[in-house]
Amino acid sequence: MSVLEMPGAGGPDVAEDSLARPRRAVDRVLAGNAWLVFAFLYLPIVVLIVYSFNDNQRVGIWTEASLRWYGEMFGNARVMDALRNSILVAIVSTAVATVLGTAAGLSMERYRYRGQRAFDGLLYLPVIIPDITMAVMLLLFFVQTFDLIFLATGIQFSRGLGTIMLAHVSFNISFVALVVRARLAGLDGALEEAAADLYANRWQAFRRVTLPLIAPGVAGGALLALTLSLDDVVIAEFVSGAGSTTLPVYVFGALRRGVTPLINAVSVLMLVGSILLVLMSLAVSRGRESSGG
Amino acid sequence: MRVRLTAVLLVGALALAACGREVGQDTADGDPDDGQTAAEGGEEVSCDVDETDGDLLLYNWSEYMDPDLLTAFADEHGVAATEDTFTSNEALLAQIRAGGADYDVIIPSDYMVAIMIEEGLLLPLDADALPNTDNVSGDFMSPPYDPDLTYSRPYQWGTTGLGVNTDATGPDPEATWGWLFDEQMREGLRISMLDDPREGMGAALYYLGYDPNTTDESELQEAADLVANNDQIVTFTSDQFTELLIGGETDIGQGFSGNFLDNFEEDNYVYLIPEEGATIWTDNMAILNTTSSPCTAHTFINFILDAENGAQLTNWTWYASPNEAATEFLDEEVRENPSIYPDESVRENLYFLENTGEAERLYTDLFTRAQG
Amino acid sequence: MSTTVPPPDVQPDFDTSPPVHGAGLERDAEKAASRRGFLVGLPSYAYLVAFFATPLLIVVVYSFASRSVRGATVLTDWNLRSYGRLTDSLVLTIAWRSLWIATLTTLVCLLIAYPFAYYLSTRPARIRAVLLVLVMIPFWSNFLVRTYAWRMLLGGDGPFTRLLEAVGIDGVQLLFTPTGVMVGLVYGYLPFMILPLYAALERLDHSLVEAARDLYASGWQAFWKVTWPLSRPGVIAGSILVFIPSFGAYVTPEILGGRGSTMLGSYIARQFIGSASDWPFGSALSVAILVVMMIAATAYFRAGGKNL
Repeated sequence: MSVLEMPGAGGPDVAEDSLARPRRAVDRVLAGNAWLVFAFLYLPIVVLIVYSFNDNQRVGIWTEASLRWYGEMFGNARVMDALRNSILVAIVSTAVATVLGTAAGLSMERYRYRGQRAFDGLLYLPVIIPDITMAVMLLLFFVQTFDLIFLATGIQFSRGLGTIMLAHVSFNISFVALVVRARLAGLDGALEEAAADLYANRWQAFRRVTLPLIAPGVAGGALLALTLSLDDVVIAEFVSGAGSTTLPVYVFGALRRGVTPLINAVSVLMLVGSILLVLMSLAVSRGRESSGG
Repeated sequence: MRVRLTAVLLVGALALAACGREVGQDTADGDPDDGQTAAEGGEEVSCDVDETDGDLLLYNWSEYMDPDLLTAFADEHGVAATEDTFTSNEALLAQIRAGGADYDVIIPSDYMVAIMIEEGLLLPLDADALPNTDNVSGDFMSPPYDPDLTYSRPYQWGTTGLGVNTDATGPDPEATWGWLFDEQMREGLRISMLDDPREGMGAALYYLGYDPNTTDESELQEAADLVANNDQIVTFTSDQFTELLIGGETDIGQGFSGNFLDNFEEDNYVYLIPEEGATIWTDNMAILNTTSSPCTAHTFINFILDAENGAQLTNWTWYASPNEAATEFLDEEVRENPSIYPDESVRENLYFLENTGEAERLYTDLFTRAQG
Repeated sequence: MSTTVPPPDVQPDFDTSPPVHGAGLERDAEKAASRRGFLVGLPSYAYLVAFFATPLLIVVVYSFASRSVRGATVLTDWNLRSYGRLTDSLVLTIAWRSLWIATLTTLVCLLIAYPFAYYLSTRPARIRAVLLVLVMIPFWSNFLVRTYAWRMLLGGDGPFTRLLEAVGIDGVQLLFTPTGVMVGLVYGYLPFMILPLYAALERLDHSLVEAARDLYASGWQAFWKVTWPLSRPGVIAGSILVFIPSFGAYVTPEILGGRGSTMLGSYIARQFIGSASDWPFGSALSVAILVVMMIAATAYFRAGGKNL
């Protein structure tokens, strides 16, 4: 998370100065809008949290407050397994997709070479294709590829968490690349070229100049990828194998018996977990900043 | 560059097309006229009672198996027992059709069993390894989807009927599909119907007095018109009918027995099995013909068919058990609930939805159009 | 580059064109750069070819196959029948509905997200990071539970209906209507708009805007002449990220929609894992969407004058 901090970490913001100018009215409207957006974003979350303390079997029917579902959640091995699978898949696929997607975005925006247009198109397709189509095609693909590998080498691969990760990376690359490109487009290329001349090697130039420049795009892309991976039901169900049920797949399957507040409780757990993570990374980066000057 | 890329893609396409055809032979050669299935040429398995030959991998609906029961099986037979979950019959079928499903025992619903049998996806069961089949009630010994129980054993069953809020309909509502289709009865009511062509059309067919498995196009058109011209239907859903009803968003919902009954805690909600006729459904245990431990799979099915284990399952799921011997071990509130275990007179008026072959597509098309 | 701080020894107004040491050398340098660019992208492309393009060919192949009576896919009888069904009135109705719902969703998202992202980008760096994470946190809960919460909020007893009643508008049905679906979609895809907009606006040189304000008469003109053009890549990326998934939405219309809200995503899902069980038709629908969207996206970029 600390990557989020990089762009402005070096000093006070020019933006702050500009706000001091007589734009108070506009700024007030913008601030008001921001509050409304946050209200909109958190309204269902409040409902979700409230109903996780509902004693009733059904999510939507309030009876009385209780911690019943939190107790059941920790006692339910299947839910905990599914939660662990989901988090594992989300973290690994986000990490890989962020690296590959950033590289793709850079290559697309900063260089010109033949064949680029074909790749450009290829990059958009995973965003466009409906989930279910992607799920079916990946399933068929994995089955046939594993058969071929088995015939050729005698090694039998099977579907599981690994195939879910592969699938998630293949749609997340595009989302990361798109966000990174939006950041890169119009950024002054001169800085990077200057850096390339300045630093001993290209990696240093990239790390010291380009990466800080595109960090907000990379962070945004990574956040998107994480969200998409955590929410995917259809693709995960199709390309999963033995013992790799993810949380959304479990929840969808449980629909036939109705959504119990158990799932709300799991969601609250995930929310609390992610908030703690964010706070920790903020604390770490603040500590590093103050000790490092 | 571009030329080279095109060449690569072309070669890839050809290679894949070839692969595709190979796979197609497993999944697609079930043309209707070659009635024989792959299983005929496939291997028959012979197992001893309680024999195990590996670990068990069960593929089931979520929240449809008491975890204690699975643990008990694993302990009793010294094997690992793992359960994965799927979200719909069709998703299950799609996985198996694609090949490479590792599961041993699956739990498909009735019509899906028929489809899987026709496509040769299931292993013929060794009846000798399943002595507890004697516990199964006679009503489930020759279901239309698998008349000799060659490929399946019943797991749980229930009915499709109407969940009603009596505040909206008045007390003691009549058990009839008229709540959905009679213009006077349905007036002012907000209705949800199942998002399923066979169930949705089925309700209209029962109301019209037709066979729910009819293949007559004019009857089907009539049924579709009933659905299409009904402005009181606010939504079509196969999994939220209970929440909508109890949450006050609808007054009447078409839905499955167990799902409604599990949640009717207040007196103003009742579950009706309409007198014109209603659908009975079963979920079934079957073994995939790609299983690597067929005998463990048989042992598991036999384990569930045991009287006490069957009762434990139903006490946990609140769906009716096809296991007659289990009755004495059922909790009283389950056993005595007429909506879970309907009276004999009601039972006589329940019908299985059967595979209608060519007409399936007609059902789907007409219903999709009627949904708007 | 005000919001990002380059190493102090880099001169921002550095000469951008490579030094000219003769045409041959320049061409070599260009070649090297082009090769480098290709190499940087290569792992990603290789990945996408292996795990996306190749599987996609399966869908293309399937779209020419036939469906057996029972719903299995017959890979021996190749034809164009599935494509022929694309002009069916039912398909066109659903496609048209998906189109306008997705378009409105995108516009509403843009209207909400642009000022929000702008506000975000003008906060001090630390607050900016916190706010950005605050935007994303709701989306790390379970998607289904969030959508269910919306169903309660939009229902007859929910706050929105109550609010409308309080101001004298009675009998408005939100749940089960395209409006309800749109609220759900806007909610679900708002971050997809905010993130690229933020990424584009954050790099904006605010001193430039200030200069423009001195130059032009009104703040509106300054915005229109400076901020908006500079943020356009973000607008384009965000619109694509919102429009396309909304167009193919599946779960949201199933839960918040009702009669007459079936969208293309649900219709395709019905072909693969629903009662229709027609993989060739589902494949043909998917291929058609891919082709139409690629054409539309290309046209959109052309019109935007930007080769993004």
